[in-house]
Amino acid sequence: MFRLQGSRTLAVDLAGDAVKAKNGSMVAYDGRMTFKKMTGGGDGLRGMVTRRLTGEQMSVMEVTGQGTCYFADRASEISLVSLHGDKLHVEASNLLCTDSGLRTGTTFTGLRGGASGNGLFTTTVEGTGQVAIMSDGSAVALRVSAQYPLFVDPGAYIAHQGNLQQHFQSGVNFRTLIGEGSGESFQIRFEGEGVVYVQPSERNTIGGDV
Amino acid sequence: MSTPVVFDPMTLPSDDNVNSYTFCVELKGSQWFLQKGKMIAYYGRIDFNGIGHGRFERLIRTSFHSPLHASDWVVAEGSGKMLLADRAFDVNSYDLDEGNLTIRSGNLLAYQPTLALKQSIVPGFLTLIGTGKFVAASNGPVVFMEPPLRVDPQALVGWADCPSPCHHYDHGYMTGVLGGLRSLTGIGGTSGEEHQFEFVGAGTVLLQSTEVLMAEQPTGAVPGQPGVPPGAGQPGATPRMPGQLGDLQRRFGL
Repeated sequence: MFRLQGSRTLAVDLAGDAVKAKNGSMVAYDGRMTFKKMTGGGDGLRGMVTRRLTGEQMSVMEVTGQGTCYFADRASEISLVSLHGDKLHVEASNLLCTDSGLRTGTTFTGLRGGASGNGLFTTTVEGTGQVAIMSDGSAVALRVSAQYPLFVDPGAYIAHQGNLQQHFQSGVNFRTLIGEGSGESFQIRFEGEGVVYVQPSERNTIGGDV
Repeated sequence: MSTPVVFDPMTLPSDDNVNSYTFCVELKGSQWFLQKGKMIAYYGRIDFNGIGHGRFERLIRTSFHSPLHASDWVVAEGSGKMLLADRAFDVNSYDLDEGNLTIRSGNLLAYQPTLALKQSIVPGFLTLIGTGKFVAASNGPVVFMEPPLRVDPQALVGWADCPSPCHHYDHGYMTGVLGGLRSLTGIGGTSGEEHQFEFVGAGTVLLQSTEVLMAEQPTGAVPGQPGVPPGAGQPGATPRMPGQLGDLQRRFGL
């Protein structure tokens, strides 16, 4: 059972069950807890090799016990996402904690990942349960539907869920080349049905301050 | 609260804060000036065009008087809703009604073209004149104070109407052998608060609740004429040709 203690600390009530959390993100607990480092992001041997190859590395620990465990990481704001058999795509660096029943894996994101400065791969979380994601400043969840596609700055994107297609869109034209670029030349266009999470801050992207 | 509220174009606020770090601007065929790279997401059809673009001649003539900033600003136009944010700093909008406000150049995010943006005589600051809305970021919420008061240089965000900004030094630390030694070596306890900005006159002073400055936007060099105070933050900058808009590197975002 996930709940937020303030906006920057996650409290998880455990009754003998387990959660997977970012390694070293525990700040406090009461009751009895055991922490076990999971090699290779907890996806098994194949996952370990994939993560090593794709650079989407995650160090994850499994927390089991009775009581309440508190997680936080660098005072990042935390948002809770509930999954009901659908799939959440999230950057490994923004993933704090997942129910142990959820399957995690990696997937290819294409050009979008390359532009957002997070590598070409992203982490997927699948199944039914809760996920806690982190953002620099409170995340904003934006719904995408057939009549309302959404454009997102690659540096501000953190996660999305649902059935979404993403297209990398570039507004680079001759003006960018002569130095009169708009600074918003690269965007990801999301189409379909789902929810996109953005953070009020931009990571450094390969394209510089785009 | 458990899961965050999911917004769609209908439920997003119009020209208001989504949360304390994110501001939503609604465009209905209108235009906004915004600083490069501060848009995080948008719905609808919105075009972003750099300044220095033939189509915006008229707009720039009326509301953009800071040629040396041209490479840092973008005109957004179209219809839809767009979200603005800046490095997870607090963001707020302010309304000016036939007023003027001077603000640290790094703090201004966006403004309506009904306002005119001018470079302040005080180096590193920009002045907005007219009627309209603008969006500014600050490290921590903004505090409004009435002059006369003295403020810490790092906490100053800007000031509205016409107080007179000037430097103030605590006398005791500036004179005498002991005072000189103290301020040079820090021995004997300097408080680090011997220098302030002083404001007197009618108006409002805006302060942020931290002394961590936001990155300065280069305000560009002012024309080197007699009587014009030199611009800050540009030591040894090469003189520019008249009409030159900005450094090439800056334009490429390097």
